[in-house]
Parts: sequence; structure tokens; C-alpha cells
Amino acid sequence: MAKQLHVELVAVEEKVWSGEAEMVVARTTEGELGVLAGHAPLLGQLAEPGQVRIKLPGGEQVSYEVAGGFLSVTGEGVTVLAESATPVSAAQSR
Amino acid sequence: MAAQVRVLRQRIRSAKGMKKITKAMELVATSRIAKAQARVAASLPYAQAVTGVLTALASNAQIDHPLLTPRPQVRRAGILLVTSDRGLAGGYSSNAIKMAESLIARLRADGKEPVLYVIGRKGVGFFRFRDRPIEANWTGFSEQPTFADARAVGETLIKAFTAGADDVDGSAGADGVLGIDELHIVYTEFHSLMTQTPVAKVIGPMQVEDRPRAEGALPAYEFEPDAEALLDALLPKYINTRIYAALLESAASESAARRRAMKSATDNAEEMIEKYTREMNSARQAGITQEISEIVGGANALAASGSEV
Repeated sequence: MAKQLHVELVAVEEKVWSGEAEMVVARTTEGELGVLAGHAPLLGQLAEPGQVRIKLPGGEQVSYEVAGGFLSVTGEGVTVLAESATPVSAAQSR
Repeated sequence: MAAQVRVLRQRIRSAKGMKKITKAMELVATSRIAKAQARVAASLPYAQAVTGVLTALASNAQIDHPLLTPRPQVRRAGILLVTSDRGLAGGYSSNAIKMAESLIARLRADGKEPVLYVIGRKGVGFFRFRDRPIEANWTGFSEQPTFADARAVGETLIKAFTAGADDVDGSAGADGVLGIDELHIVYTEFHSLMTQTPVAKVIGPMQVEDRPRAEGALPAYEFEPDAEALLDALLPKYINTRIYAALLESAASESAARRRAMKSATDNAEEMIEKYTREMNSARQAGITQEISEIVGGANALAASGSEV
């Protein structure tokens, strides 16, 4: 089983989602990227409006519509900072 | 005598009515404190994450952003004052205003011109009544601020702060707008249910702390886009977060101050009801005693006159 990634999605008013995931897919101002465990440290500004998709170990995925977001990848995991994050239903994100 | 009893009964009734109101306000304020504290706690993860990201950026990038560099000459200093929209909160608003006044006096003594930005109807009313200029004000959200409110305030302040960069000797610079060179915030810190203290803090220009580096090499960050652009985008958000945190803490303090004020008002009403009840009872008893002595006196007089017949 692949190594897992600790992901935190925090909005200004509350912590939205946190847990273990396999991959995080987000679109920065430079382009779309996927982050797997062991990714080099990275700071990115997310495109506006942007979707962040978090792929869970079971093959499921959760998606959030993120406004005013930043992506920070460190040795410990991934943090997505957002001014606001609203969940996108699974059917839409496919 | 009966008149006195009636007056006292009337007073007891009005004191009871007031007690009901203050008790209800006390209960509402109590539940609001808990809610406000929960919101402060909910906003912490973001604040910590932003601080972490900024620290990483600051140690990797050149720091010469206008929001980070102190101006050589400070002409105008902005003050953001956070007060409440409604009264009946004890000394909450007036303590914050007093704190702002002492800050204004200090800035004047340093030869800086204070520029006021006020949140909350109480603060706005205070300065309006005294005919003192307010640069901008926001009202209507002091008890339950949202991030959108903080962002609206932050945008105005950041615009003023960046406009102040090119001001020369009290006249507007190239952009024709008189800005500010320094930014202070006065709000009420929430220590516990019983103590809240007004504080004044500088939020612009921000100071970057040089913390001793941890052992080992710093992680080499990749930046998308480049570090300067990121700093440009992130710093205003950081200021908004700071303002939001101050608003939340002030809201918790406001509710705590109101709870305390309403609690002592309720206690006072209870005391008054008790006092008036005692007075009313003794007045009533005095009336009865007098009536009895009148009857006895009358009967005695009758008996005395009857024995003579």
C-alpha cells in the first residue's frame, strides 16, 4: 500500500476537513498538480475559482470549491488554506 | 397609609419587570460568550497555518514588501477601534475608547496625525458627538462578526496603507490620495469571563521576527508562482486574519462584559424588590396597627361614655 499523506483543509472560520489521503489534486495559478506522499516542499497560490480534490485510500474522493486559497506542502503533509471552501457533491466532481 | 402601600406595590412591579429583562439579556449574553469562544477556537487552525506559511516564505524570499517595511517618516497613523453596536455592556465600549484616546494622545505627542477607523455604533457615536472626523466606519456586526466583515475592513485599511507609501510632507503623493503610514488596532482582549482588557497593537508595518533557526537545513521550497507574488497575495490575507481574530475576541469580550453588567443589574433589582417588599409589609402592618388602636380607642371611649349614662 502506498504511503499516505496527511491533509488538512482549513477555511478562515473553521477547519473543513482533515485526515489521511492518497493524493491531493489542485490547480495553482501556474497549472494543475497532484501531490503524493513525499512531495517536495511547495507553496502555491490556487487558481480562482479552484477545485481541490482529495483522493482517499479507498478510491473515493472528496472535492471542495475553494476561494482565495493557498496550498502548502511540507514534510508533514499538505495544508490547503482557503478563505472559503464549499463541498462539491461527488457526482459533479467526476 | 394605603396610598403608601400602593406606591410601593407599583415600584415592586416595575423592579420585577426590569429584572425579567436584565435576566433575559444575561442569559442571552452567556450563550453568546460560548458561541464566540467556539468561533475563536475554530479560527485558530487557519491562523496557525497562515503564520506557518508566512514564516516559510519570509525565510526564503526577499522581504521588501510595502506592508513589511517601516516608513522612514510617519506622518499619519491609522487607528482601527473596535467597539460594540449596542450599549448595556458595562464599561466595554468606553474602556476601548479610552484606550484609543490615550493612543491618539501618544501619537500626537510623537508628531503623527491620527486617522480614525471605527467599528461599532458606540464608538462612531462617541466621535460624531464630539465632531471629530472619522475616516471610515462599519457597524452592525460587532456581536457576530464574519470573515466577510473583516475582509471589508481589511481591504479599506490596506488600500489606505499602500496609498500612504508615496505621501510627501503631508500632501498626497502621485496617486492623489492621503494614505496612512502606520496602522494600529485597538480591541478588547478576552482573558476570562471576569477579565477583559483593551489593548492597542501595531499591525502595519508588520514586524518579521528573526527566530533562531532549527537544527538542520531549511526545506527548500518550490514556489508557484514566485515568492514575491505569493507574498503579495498572502500578506493582505494575513492582515484580514488578524483583524478577524481581533473582531472575534472583541465579540467574546463584549458578551462577557454585557453578561457581567446584566448580572449586577439583576442582583440590584432583586435587592430593590426585597427592600420595597419589606417597606410595603411594614407600611401595611402599621396601617393595621393604627386601625386596631383606633377601634380600641373608639370602643373604650364608647364604653367610658356608656358607663356614665
